[in-house]
Amino acid sequence: MSALTLSLIHSPQQRVDMSPLSCHLIAGKSKAEIGEVELKSGKRKFRVDELFAIAGDDTQDIVLKGTTEKFDYIGKQLSGGQITVEGDAGAYLAMGMLSGQVKITGNAGLYAGCEMKKGFLEISGNTGDFLGGALPGNKMGMKGGLILVKGNAGERVGDHLRKGMILIEGNTGDYCGSRMIAGTIAVMGQTGKYAGYAMRRGTLLLWNQPDLSASFNDCGMHTLAFLPMVFKSLKQLNSKFANADEAFNRVRRFAGDMSEKGKGEVLIKL
Amino acid sequence: MIINGVTIDATFAEAFPMKATRAIITAQNEKWAMIAAQAMTGFATSVIACGCEAGIERLMGIEETPDGRPGVAVMIFAMGGKGLAKQLETRAGQCILTSPTSALFAGIESNIRIPLGKNLRYFGDGFQIAKVIGGKRYWRIPVMDGEFLAEATTGQVDAVGGGNFLVLAQSQPQALAACEAAIEAMSKIPNVIMPFPGGVVRSGSKVGSKYAALNASTNDAFCPTLKGATKTELSPDIESVMEIVIDGLSKEDIDKAMRVGIEAVCKLGADNGIKRISAGNYGGKLGPFHFHLQEIMA
Repeated sequence: MSALTLSLIHSPQQRVDMSPLSCHLIAGKSKAEIGEVELKSGKRKFRVDELFAIAGDDTQDIVLKGTTEKFDYIGKQLSGGQITVEGDAGAYLAMGMLSGQVKITGNAGLYAGCEMKKGFLEISGNTGDFLGGALPGNKMGMKGGLILVKGNAGERVGDHLRKGMILIEGNTGDYCGSRMIAGTIAVMGQTGKYAGYAMRRGTLLLWNQPDLSASFNDCGMHTLAFLPMVFKSLKQLNSKFANADEAFNRVRRFAGDMSEKGKGEVLIKL
Repeated sequence: MIINGVTIDATFAEAFPMKATRAIITAQNEKWAMIAAQAMTGFATSVIACGCEAGIERLMGIEETPDGRPGVAVMIFAMGGKGLAKQLETRAGQCILTSPTSALFAGIESNIRIPLGKNLRYFGDGFQIAKVIGGKRYWRIPVMDGEFLAEATTGQVDAVGGGNFLVLAQSQPQALAACEAAIEAMSKIPNVIMPFPGGVVRSGSKVGSKYAALNASTNDAFCPTLKGATKTELSPDIESVMEIVIDGLSKEDIDKAMRVGIEAVCKLGADNGIKRISAGNYGGKLGPFHFHLQEIMA
């Protein structure tokens, strides 16, 4: 079996809802049946074979080629299998993913990995705001799994993050880790203003000094035993985080956000 | 059967099903990992009065331990899962949590999980932090020397306890030297512990007592000073008997340990005063696991 490859042949004017093309929803379908699946785009519906040339037959290994930032909900609630996007993705990439993995070579839009529960999301380019966050009005963001971003992320990374880990090799926008409930966000680059804003618990692991608000209290410098274990667990990733030279266990610890529960921490590499 | 002048009795050791777990203790260096491990496995020679039987299985190198520090693997055996969990938690709390620079990790995988750091976390008084690393849950508990890191749970497995053999010698120093040689060889076998002091028991017991309050008492048949006063198992030339008790994860592990132990004793041979190897049993009526000495040494 070879990967089910969908190569873009027509890019519609409106945004496209790609959620019907998650692995578990098309499992067992023939190429012809997959071609008949309807995708919503504005007030229209397109058949998959109107937008994509279809090749391959492994519905648990989907490759999307040439997609743009208009293609939303790729890998929504993915439950097993893997989706590789060779191009860009729109908003809600891997939203609510239950298991499996989604990899994208380009950029992703808003709310990538939002409310995902398990699995692995890798974004080679940049991503928009609310990475791993909660949908508007919801109180819990990502609840498990791992997100790796090799580029930069927008604002409100891990908003309401409940569990799981977000790794960012580049920079983030403002309010990184805002309203975190638990979990871990690691950022190798710069973070914007108000990192950890209103975080309750959880860990922000930073390579560079952030612009922290006054409601974070300095707890001093420490050697923490769990950090080498975290880095060891990332060794299998194709990422700077797997590089032994990037591993450290010596940090400056800030506790906060004291304007909230105050059980969170910002750990800054020394 | 006679090996190097040592008679191997046609008898068997009788052992019982137990529940077991393994934990890995790490510290800043081997010295402190060992101190913590010794504390945790102290007063754990016999389930009769200690609540569990525990021992150090082996040292672990930095490449083997979860946090890359020197470590020690310890094993704890108890008659039931509930007792095992209680002993593990109490000992972890009093001996590992308190020991400088220590960390505590699961040492055995099983679907049945028992708490390791799961309840110790409350010592953190609300400041404890959970971290899921590589799919496993850990607790970071703030303590005065920094942080105590403990994995939330470890595995509980079925095991075998009470494998044993007796070394019958011409003199006390010779019996002890033979047991020391046996323990040195047996300590290299994985999945077993010898829970008594230094691995050796000098006060083997029999079931029952003339005193109603006691359910075990001295094994008078093997006490050399009682040779003329009781129904003895000893010949006139035997002046000292010592026992090695083995707990293991399986019958095969105990078989292996008994074999290398008896081999080490027999290597010293009759020339060094070792006369016989025997074993303790209850007539085969109490324990389902029987270790026939001559079969093991065949």
